Amino acid sequence: MASDKLITMANQIATFFESQKGDDLAERVAAHLNDFWGPDMRADFVRLVGDPSQADRLHPLGRDAVALLRLPQDV
Amino acid sequence: MKDFIIPWDDRDMGTPAKTGAPISLTIDGVAVTVPEGTSVMRAAAETGLSIPKLCAIDSLEAFGSCRLCVVEIEGRRGTPASCTTPVAEGMVVHTQNAKLHKLRRGVMELYISDHPLDCLTCAANGDCELQDMAGAVGLRDVRYTATEGASITNHFTARDTNGDLNPEYLPKDESNPYFTYDPSKCIVCNRCVRACEEVQGTFALTIEGRGFDSRVSAGGPLDDFLSSDCVSCGACVQACPTATLQEKSVIELGTPQRSVVTTCAYCGVGCSFKAELNGDQLVRMVPYKHGKANRGHSCVKGRFAYGYATHKDRILNPMIRDDISEPWREVSWEEALGFAAQKLRGIQAKHGQKSIGVITSSRCTNEETFLVQKLARAVFGNNNTDTCARVCHSPTGYGLGQTFGTSAGTQDFDSVAHADVIVVIGANPTDGHPVFASRLKKRLRQGAKLIVIDPRRIDLVKSAHIKAAHHLPLKPGTNVAVVTAMAHVIVTEGLANEAYIRERCDWDEFEDYAEFISDPRHSPEAVEALTGVPAAELRAAARLYAKGENGAIYYGLGVTEHSQGSTTVMGIANLAMLTGNVGREGVGVNPLRGQNNVQGSCDMGSFPHELPGYRHVKNADVRAIFEQAWGVEIDSEPGLRIPNMLDAAVAGNFKGLYCQGEDILQSDPDTKHVAAGLAAMDCVIVHDLFLNETANYAHVFLPGSTFLEKDGTFTNAERRINRVREVMAPKAGMADWEVTQALANAMGAAWNYMHPSQIMEEIAATTPSFAGVDYALLEEKGSVQWPCNDANPEGTPLMHVDGFVRGKGRFILTEYVATDERTGPRFPLLLTTGRVLSQYNVGAQTRRTENTVWHEEDVLEIHPHDAETRGIKEGDYVKLASRSGETSLRAKTTDRVSPGVVYTTFHHPQTQANVITTDFSDWATNCPEYKVTAVQVSKSNGPTEWQESYETQAKAARRILPAAE
Ligand code: SF4
Ligand code: SF4
Ligand code: SF4
Ligand code: FES
Repeated sequence: MASDKLITMANQIATFFESQKGDDLAERVAAHLNDFWGPDMRADFVRLVGDPSQADRLHPLGRDAVALLRLPQDV
Repeated sequence: MKDFIIPWDDRDMGTPAKTGAPISLTIDGVAVTVPEGTSVMRAAAETGLSIPKLCAIDSLEAFGSCRLCVVEIEGRRGTPASCTTPVAEGMVVHTQNAKLHKLRRGVMELYISDHPLDCLTCAANGDCELQDMAGAVGLRDVRYTATEGASITNHFTARDTNGDLNPEYLPKDESNPYFTYDPSKCIVCNRCVRACEEVQGTFALTIEGRGFDSRVSAGGPLDDFLSSDCVSCGACVQACPTATLQEKSVIELGTPQRSVVTTCAYCGVGCSFKAELNGDQLVRMVPYKHGKANRGHSCVKGRFAYGYATHKDRILNPMIRDDISEPWREVSWEEALGFAAQKLRGIQAKHGQKSIGVITSSRCTNEETFLVQKLARAVFGNNNTDTCARVCHSPTGYGLGQTFGTSAGTQDFDSVAHADVIVVIGANPTDGHPVFASRLKKRLRQGAKLIVIDPRRIDLVKSAHIKAAHHLPLKPGTNVAVVTAMAHVIVTEGLANEAYIRERCDWDEFEDYAEFISDPRHSPEAVEALTGVPAAELRAAARLYAKGENGAIYYGLGVTEHSQGSTTVMGIANLAMLTGNVGREGVGVNPLRGQNNVQGSCDMGSFPHELPGYRHVKNADVRAIFEQAWGVEIDSEPGLRIPNMLDAAVAGNFKGLYCQGEDILQSDPDTKHVAAGLAAMDCVIVHDLFLNETANYAHVFLPGSTFLEKDGTFTNAERRINRVREVMAPKAGMADWEVTQALANAMGAAWNYMHPSQIMEEIAATTPSFAGVDYALLEEKGSVQWPCNDANPEGTPLMHVDGFVRGKGRFILTEYVATDERTGPRFPLLLTTGRVLSQYNVGAQTRRTENTVWHEEDVLEIHPHDAETRGIKEGDYVKLASRSGETSLRAKTTDRVSPGVVYTTFHHPQTQANVITTDFSDWATNCPEYKVTAVQVSKSNGPTEWQESYETQAKAARRILPAAE
């Protein structure tokens, strides 16, 4: 999937959770991505934001969520 | 299983049923007890006696004009009309004696003297109440005749006995495509006028003139039915006791001899109909009065627009081709299915198990949808299943699931009759959900208040005998800001229902919410510049909703199809919890779903992350249920959604698609991207009635069956599971569920369903909210609303009665985030999209009926001010351009839209409105943002290049080789 689209979508999700109360917001962003994005999308996303120039475009909560994503074994 | 033809009693009881204390009386010696307020006529009908009548019908309040229904009541003087006389305790009524007989004969004699006696050739012969009553009262001769040579006074002869024109004679009005009005047969019983007012709520008909001169008239003196306000719902035709208002199909085909009760396949209201037939020829569709969604009413689509079922464009033979540049080849079912199975398996062998998927349809039955997702999960071995419901109500599922614990709408349609304040947000019920709209308007005429939140002045805002208390014409894309500001007013003005919140909601979360919402940045004054809604008006609306007794919210795609669709749904749920408006009759949060089975297709596990019953695939216990039932292993990871499938196709990893009953090329956003995705696939299987737009990119075409040709169930917007019954054999030889089964079996499955009822058994066995549903129960009850299980064996009309499904209701903070789709100098206007009454979705069906007389093409509504500055006049061809693409269509100037906003529908493929829409989507569910696109409008000379090249491609792709001899 086009990279800008994945980051835009992740940022939209992060922006919503940012407005919520709690200290588990990154976990909630990650849970949303784990629940609704297929494994390949998540893998693409992780690969993409491994590039620092792309990661810069990512919402801070999104960045925190990356480490919490479940990835397919073979990636 | 034998086809079931409903024997349920649908006699006309004369006047509507009432509720009240029991009253006992005697009629012709028979004792009967009925509720207070019941008419003597209805009480008699309850005992099995039918009192002759003409102006009464049980769908309308009694009128008392014909005086055929007179009776004698002991101790009372005269002969009162039984339809207008309520029962009283101890009453003794006589319906038959010499005096009454004579009176009735006299009445009939007068009627018949002014009625043509061409019964044998009349379209209503055998189905005419005037004829029946003449028989019932024993009318034997008519003494009034015109004197030879004198001019006559009647309404039915064109010329009098001198050969002069009869000024009282009016010719037939045949302007409506579906029914005729023949004034010469009218008995001026007023039933049609009352039906149009009471049932439909359109007030298109009046009685003009007085006494002998009185005539039914549609619209003004120069109008005919077509040019009047009539919306062709058919209520008047249904009510008319004579052939005056008569379906053209009956005139042509004769009176039907048998009927089967079934469910309309158009919109989410899910009206019940009697399909009336001769043999297997459908003569007419008549709304079924025991249908719990529609209570005997209908709209033009379900009532009349079924002609597509026999349209010449229907494809009845399977077809295949190796490449989309080739013409189609007609082949046998066996060959087509074998070809498809081989291709799909070949793709999987080469590109992996996950390289193919399915799209289920919200137009097909629950049983069919269940099989299609089962095909993906059990036969393809992946979770690549999605549905077009994604593009309409996925935010409802997410938003209501988060706040209440279930995506279910909270009420049944009957509930609206108990609402005091009705809020309609981003929905246009008179066009999108017409029968529900009629029920809503009826409540408004009884005094309920209405608040409309919509960028456009929809018909409900002001129409006959209805005026919204408040219309908040917000800028497209600012729903969250408006809904949040309403909550701000409710909380800061102390209007929240604290007792309710303490009892039913999570109090800590409420306190966080109250703090958030009280911030002045959410006040109506603070957001006025952003939303365009005057603060005072917004405050007044919020107060009205909070203070009115029963507040009910109905919302539609104008809420969900936004970047913040899910957030708006949560904001709506917050409003209802704040004011204690969930959990009883007359209140609630009600999504109005677009297509007939949007609810069902979501229930049946069409989404890639959810098994049937909204259970995430990550849950091992849920997977275990299906793994055991199906004997396969189920993937624990969500599969691809439609946009992901297309992206993966373009990237080369997704190669095969089975698409049942949907036209994603026309209905999904960003047409060019969809086309590119489809073109990149090796095997696209389209299973549909017509060569739709998606089929231009298909390699296999499997002919579909209409709702008339199969058994099954649809689930409407109120969670009501209605039966669809086969009224004629499938024209292509197989019903859709049989085709899916045959494809599965061609791919090596060993499915063996003999009837859809067996599929429902499997659904019930695996899905707790359907545990109690089976066809026997549906035969018995007519319909049930899920959840239907041991706890609710007869279904659940109202949700959350004793507390929210999730336990405590959850308030969620709803911060407004502007969509990325913004206007700027290049694209200064905001486009929003919608529907019209006579057309349905992408129009594949309705465009193939006479409904086109009301909507020949999509037009662009533009405010006169915006039109003028661009030099655009009414009817001009204009170019509509966005960042994604451009198209052209005709302009209509109107102040229904505010300056800065333009509006169109997307019923016609030539318009290609989705070439314009962008790929922005809801943050939680990726439901596309159809309702906001920044655009520019300018004058143009005709179709754009894209429209022309598309047309050429489509023509080439639709070629069919003549069948080999
Ligand atoms: S058109 Fe039919 S329903 Fe209407 S007044 Fe005439 S007879 Fe009655
Ligand atoms: S068809 Fe419906 S809208 Fe038209 S006149 Fe009859 S009742 Fe009224
Ligand atoms: S289209 Fe909707 S409102 Fe009209 S008849 Fe069908 S189900 Fe009823
Ligand atoms: S039926 Fe009672 S007055 Fe007409």
